[in-house]
Amino acid sequence: MEAKTGEGGIVITKLDDLLNWARLTSLFPMGFGLACCAIEMMGAYASAYDLDRFGIIPRASPRQSDVMIVAGTVTFKMADRVRRLYEQMPEPRYVISMGSCSNCGGPYWEHGYHVVKGVDRIIPVDVYVPGCPPRPEALIGGFLQLQEIIRKETIRAPRAVQQIMAKRAQQGQPVVDADRPAAAISNA
Amino acid sequence: MSFEELKALIGDTFGEEVIVAEKTDKLQPYLVLQTERLAEVCLALHDHEQTYFDFLSCVTGIDNGPEAGTLEVAYNLYSIPYDHHLMLKVQVPRNNTPDQPIPSVPTVSHIWRTADWHEREVFDMVGIYFTNHPDMRRILCAADWEGHPLRKDYKLQDYYHGIKVPYDNHNENSGFRGEPQQLTTTPTPFSDKREKPE
Repeated sequence: MEAKTGEGGIVITKLDDLLNWARLTSLFPMGFGLACCAIEMMGAYASAYDLDRFGIIPRASPRQSDVMIVAGTVTFKMADRVRRLYEQMPEPRYVISMGSCSNCGGPYWEHGYHVVKGVDRIIPVDVYVPGCPPRPEALIGGFLQLQEIIRKETIRAPRAVQQIMAKRAQQGQPVVDADRPAAAISNA
Repeated sequence: MSFEELKALIGDTFGEEVIVAEKTDKLQPYLVLQTERLAEVCLALHDHEQTYFDFLSCVTGIDNGPEAGTLEVAYNLYSIPYDHHLMLKVQVPRNNTPDQPIPSVPTVSHIWRTADWHEREVFDMVGIYFTNHPDMRRILCAADWEGHPLRKDYKLQDYYHGIKVPYDNHNENSGFRGEPQQLTTTPTPFSDKREKPE
């Protein structure tokens, strides 16, 4: 290290940058696919496109995953399961909607009685990848886009907390701290 | 065994009244049987030395529409050793209002195990109950789905578990107004009357 930098083995950075760098270079997606998009997703994992080089390694459990790739047609029968899997993921969590079906219902938008017309009706989506199915390059593009989103995050305003606060503000509750009145916090 | 011989055999064994109607002038002829005697006839066709229909190729549910007021189930039988085919049909009235019970047809799942899941699919999609079926549940749709999607007068439910079912302007309602479009040149007006080549 010393030989490389000549600075005594110490790198100074912002905590935000360090955390974001760690998060965006080790995005662990949940290993599940729903339809033909999953084939392209598997192609992206495999040696030709090799998502491993971005630190993207599929995990077998939602508890260990950071990102959910909704790869394929979300049926109403699967909708409850998708929502539960999303809820089982720890924060911070991200969703990539892959392909037309999960973006907006795709070819089933009008007559597909069994298809959820867009997975964003169930869970919040960060990146939409268009295509039917999208090529592995497009999925990699989606991941790069997600990395840009994570790069701009800060621990001073975690997204999950912001969402809870926004919800509380919508319901007319105090947004500073729900348990204590706002005056008590300003005195402390 | 030809279609005529099979028809004669069924007529001789069970009486002529078991065959309600027939269609012979088509590429694939069929017999319409009395609904309540279907299982009995099928079992005989399966076991009879001359027929031995050991293979049920397909079971199909058909909705003839509210005007006709009937539902049909078509059975495609095949005999592997004799290499002959037979198509049987039964016709049941359609319930046009939700308060009427759905029509029922006797099951053939005890004769051919194939029919088990086929009949569940017909039940799920068209809405025909198969009596004496061991496990008459929906097979494709969610267990608490409403209605039978392949009926001609099927109407989508509005919400399923709080999720809106029909496509609407979800993106617009969520604030998405579409990508901004920037034209580089003025578009040339397009006419349907193209200039024809000489």
